[in-house]
Parts: sequence; structure tokens; C-alpha cells
Amino acid sequence: MTASPDDCLARNDWICGEYLRTRRHILLEAVLQHLQLTAASVLIALVIAVPMAVLARRWGWAAPPVLGVTTILYTIPSLAMFSLLLPLYGLSAALVVAGLVLYSLTLLVRNILAGLRAVPEDTRQAARGVGYGPVRLLLTVELPLALPAAMAGLRIATVSAFSLVTVGAIVGFGGLGNLIYAGMNTYFKAQVLTASVLCVVIAVAADLLLLGAQRLITPWTRAGRE
Amino acid sequence: MNTLGATWHWLTDPAHWAGDDGIRHRWEQHLVLTVVCLLIACVIALPVALVLGHLGKGGALAVNISNVGRAVPTFAVLVLLLLTPVGAWGEGPTVVALVLFAVPPLLTNAYVGMREVDRDVVRSARGMGMTGRQMLFRVELPLALPLVLNGVRIAAVQLVATATIAALAGGGGLGRIITAGFNLASTPQVVAGAVLVAVFALVVEGVLEAVERLAPRRTRDSR
Repeated sequence: MTASPDDCLARNDWICGEYLRTRRHILLEAVLQHLQLTAASVLIALVIAVPMAVLARRWGWAAPPVLGVTTILYTIPSLAMFSLLLPLYGLSAALVVAGLVLYSLTLLVRNILAGLRAVPEDTRQAARGVGYGPVRLLLTVELPLALPAAMAGLRIATVSAFSLVTVGAIVGFGGLGNLIYAGMNTYFKAQVLTASVLCVVIAVAADLLLLGAQRLITPWTRAGRE
Repeated sequence: MNTLGATWHWLTDPAHWAGDDGIRHRWEQHLVLTVVCLLIACVIALPVALVLGHLGKGGALAVNISNVGRAVPTFAVLVLLLLTPVGAWGEGPTVVALVLFAVPPLLTNAYVGMREVDRDVVRSARGMGMTGRQMLFRVELPLALPLVLNGVRIAAVQLVATATIAALAGGGGLGRIITAGFNLASTPQVVAGAVLVAVFALVVEGVLEAVERLAPRRTRDSR
């Protein structure tokens, strides 16, 4: 393709190879930011969610308040969440990450807790009978058995985070959302479509990756189904 | 603490409640947008889900559509629609994007609700000589109602929350208070807008939860 005046950029086509060729580094940068923001928020949420779920399981009374608070957090709109955290973090990437951590937390705590609760009482008693202490019981019996449910929550949280990052464009840290936002203001069709498609493709790829990881680390679930 | 005080001050200033940019008008826009989109989404999703659930077909589609829907950012859909001919159509892109967003939870919950109706009950209804239509409206739908309403509640709360994003693309609603706050670099206004949307979402959640509890008693006793 040549840069003649009536190439697809000048015509403002939806699909434009010239756009992909000339803005490759911008797209790459946006994708990297998108991945970093999502990965950081989901990992932080995971680190917080596991102890929260374990404690809520240990002390029954802690479960309703933990679930209640995380549910209320989930009702707060993403745009509003970023705005509410604005006084704390200012216009920064930390603002977007903090908002996404709060959303991921809801999904993760809920699913990990459900997984822990689904561990059969017989299994627990058997482990205790052969002399497992509480820590060993948790690490080698309960958590592995809670893995399938936890991974399901992780997949939902990751996919949601990928899609919510775009709203971070309001504070300038939205990964591909930045390109969508800028493309909207300039009616740049190729940029909006390319960024949107990339966004969905990355989310689906991450979901499949996690599904693969889940199959690898929980081989017994597949064996049981056959 | 300073921001909280300033936010309270912003919210209690009567000048911010009146006029076209005022809280009252923006809230009305938000409410109308949410209700219209919810109704359209219900009209599209519920009949499809009820018929599919009644026939027991298309289950994979009904369940997977909400997973796919989660991966598609509403913001991207909104901007894409804005750049198509639909964009010339006022609130068109917002309504279409929000309806697309609300359909999956409605569809999935209503379908699952229909499939979870006790098969023995359905079989006895058929044995009594009920027609398909009678079974659908007199047996399956009443028993599936709690889950159907649950889907409506989830969709409604998500709509209230997501309608905020319409403001990013120049639409109306409470989100405009937030975006205007960002443009004015006024943190109190941004936080005030966020508080208004969050409170609205929680109120809708509370009201619809009450409606679910008031739903016909027999459907709950059967659980």
C-alpha cells in the first residue's frame, strides 16, 4: 500500500492495513499497558482474596460481612469507582489498578469461598484422622480441592478486568481504551475497530490460557468426568 | 476529609440540582435510559429464553452468551456504534449498546430457571393433558419466576451502573456530572457524581430485591 491521498487512512475505512503498519508501536504500547494493568490488578486481588476466603471459612461469622461488603463494591459503576478513588490516588495508573482490584476481589472471594465450602466433610475428617494439622490440611487438602471453583472465579475476574480497563481511559490509563477514546473524538474508525477487536481477542486468549492452566493443575477433575 | 466536606458542599448546593445540567435532570435522564433499555432487553431476551427453556434446546448458546458478553467492553461497543450511521440518531448508540449488555444476564438466568423446574412436575402436567402453552404459562413460568426475576435484578443494577459510561460518548445521565467534573478538574464534583450513581444503583438493587420477595409465595415454598 502506498501513502497516496486516497488510501484507506484518508478514506477513514473501518479496516485498514495501512493503519496496522504505521501505528504498530502505538498499538503494541497500548496492548502492553492493557496487559500490565489487568495482570497487576488480578494478581493483587488474588493475594488479598485467598486469605480473606480462608479466614471467612475458618470463622463462620466473618463470611456474611465479607460477602456483603464485596457485593456492595461490585454494584458501584466502574466510572464511579475510578472517580471515588480519585482523591486517594490522583490521575495515575494506581487509580485504575485499585478500582479493578476491588471488582476482582468480589468475584474471587465468592468463588474461593464456594470452593472451600464444597470440600466434603468426610475428606476433611479423613485427613485429620491420619494426623494432618490445620495448616497442612488447608495447604494439601482444602486449597487443592477448592482449585476448580477458584480458577472459574479467576477466569471471570480476568475477563471482566480486561473489559473494564477500557474505562480507565477517562484518567488516561486505559490501555486499548485510550485508543478507543481518542479515536472517538477524532472519528478515526480504523483505530476504534482495531483497538476494540484486540481487546476482545486478548480477553478470550487469556481466558483460554487460564482454562489450559486449570486443566494442567487439576488433572483429577478430567479423570473424574470420564 | 477535605474532599468529603467539599463533596457534601457540592451536593447540598441547590444551584447544582436545578437546570439542564442539574442533578435532577441528569437523574431523570439516567432513570429513563435505564428503564427503556431494561424493557427493550426484557422484550427481546425473555420470550427467547422461555421458549428455549420450554423446548430444552439451545442451552449451550443461552449459557455461553453471557460469558462472551463479559469479554466485550461496553465502552468499545458504544464508540463503535457512535461511528456507524446509528450514531446520527441521538441516544441510539447508547440504547443499543446498553440493550446488548443487558440481554445476556436476562437470557441466561431465565433459561436456567426454566430448566431447573422439577422434571416430575412438568411430566405430571403433561400427563394431565396440558398443552405446551398451558405448561409454559401455568407450570414452568410460575416455578421459574424467582430466577427470572433474579436475572432482571442483575440486569437492572448493571444497567444503572453502565449507563454512566454513556456520558463518555456524550450521552445524558448521571455520568455527565462525573465527566464534567473531570473536565473542570473538580474532584468534589467527580466524587459527588460517583456517590449519586452508586446510591442509585444500591437503591435499585434494594427495591428489586423487595419485589423478588413479594413474588408469589407458592413459588418460594416449592424450593
